[in-house]
Amino acid sequence: MIRVTIPVHLRTLAGTGKEVSLQVDGPVTQRAVLNALETAYPTLRGTIRDHASGQRRPLVRFFACGQDLSHESPDAPLPDAVATGAEPFLIVGAMAGG
Amino acid sequence: MSGVRVLVGTRKGAFILTSNAKRAEWEVSGPYFAGWEIYHLKGSPVDPNRLYASQSSGWFGQVIQRSDDGGKTWEPVGNAFEYEGETGTHQWYDGTQHPWEFTRVWHLEPSLADPDTVYAGVEDAALFRSDDGGSTWRELPGLREAKGHLWQPGAGGMGLHTIVLDPNDANRIFVAISAAGVFRSDDGGQTWQPANRGLRSEFELPDPDAEVGHCVHSITMHRARPDVLFMQKHWDVMRSDDAGESWHEVSGNLPSDFGFPIAVHAHEPDTVYVVPIKSDSEHYPPDGKLRVYRSRTGGNEWEALTEGLPQSDCYVNVLRDAMAVDTLAACGVYFGTTGGQVYASADAGDTWTSIVRDLPAVLSVEVQTLP
Repeated sequence: MIRVTIPVHLRTLAGTGKEVSLQVDGPVTQRAVLNALETAYPTLRGTIRDHASGQRRPLVRFFACGQDLSHESPDAPLPDAVATGAEPFLIVGAMAGG
Repeated sequence: MSGVRVLVGTRKGAFILTSNAKRAEWEVSGPYFAGWEIYHLKGSPVDPNRLYASQSSGWFGQVIQRSDDGGKTWEPVGNAFEYEGETGTHQWYDGTQHPWEFTRVWHLEPSLADPDTVYAGVEDAALFRSDDGGSTWRELPGLREAKGHLWQPGAGGMGLHTIVLDPNDANRIFVAISAAGVFRSDDGGQTWQPANRGLRSEFELPDPDAEVGHCVHSITMHRARPDVLFMQKHWDVMRSDDAGESWHEVSGNLPSDFGFPIAVHAHEPDTVYVVPIKSDSEHYPPDGKLRVYRSRTGGNEWEALTEGLPQSDCYVNVLRDAMAVDTLAACGVYFGTTGGQVYASADAGDTWTSIVRDLPAVLSVEVQTLP
């Protein structure tokens, strides 16, 4: 199972806790993980990536294994530790108060 | 016993204020959707337990919430607002054309007849409609064909912020857009015409006959007289007696004719309320005195309503969707400020009290009169 940590505002919206576990079939990529997350929690559609373009929203960031993966291709494989469930995939609301 | 429910949207959540018909004691519930911007929430006129709320965030985008129990519980519904057909472009600040981009829902207007039908005014300006309680949305793209390529955002963006439904004609809809102006449809939203004749915006629009490009802040009507519209424009308070075909100024003796909201008394079609703001750069009341101005003559002659409102050192603003009236026999008037106060008058504006004083900045105020 893939572990995904979601930010507090989206936990409230999805009615879930800090971390969710998802079944992802096939290659474990950002796109595959987000597809599985949105299938399990449809209220999160449009809050992490744009409905129409599928692009990551500007102030949402992706991290895993101490790396910022926000600018990686959505179809690039995520680290093995995420794929095996050893480490979570982190969806983070950027610190952007100004 | 009848009562009122005041729906307050703020920068950091929604609040619901309830009282009986005396409107002296209030119960405050919330925050709902804590931490999110609630641009607007409004109840269905035909089912007061059906509420819609626009919840948004610079981080996580747009969410629409629906309640079927008067706001006790809420359910996220559809949030896919996708422009119809080719997205097209509008005028940008530098005069070039810029693609339409969805940012947020500014205003939700439930149908006068069906609680499952609701309109959404969005930024970049467009009108959407849902017929399934907010689960799915479709654009009424004919609006953007009304010279949309000439529309240009104002300082607050290019939002469709006002939707007025004609109670006598289900096919007639008015909308107002910053900074494009007023548009009217007579066929249920399929086709639209600009309705800005008589508006003057000399500095921004040298052409006195410019059909679009006017910075309209809010419009309103009285249900019993739907051909008469009142408008608070960026500058000027205006009136139309022919359903928006033409407008004339009724600013009269106001200390400033700049402001944002405008409202009409529930039972007196010629009694109108505005909140003058000193200027378009300072955005606070003249002389630090928070005054609602009331005209009982349909404009031109205005009286200051001050009793119970701060008359010194007050530098708040009252935003365009932040004033409303109830329909009790003694008409109640309500408004919220960017300082977090919500003021209520149970006597048509003669005297005021604050229901709450320390909310986040208030973005919208709507009132439901409950049986």
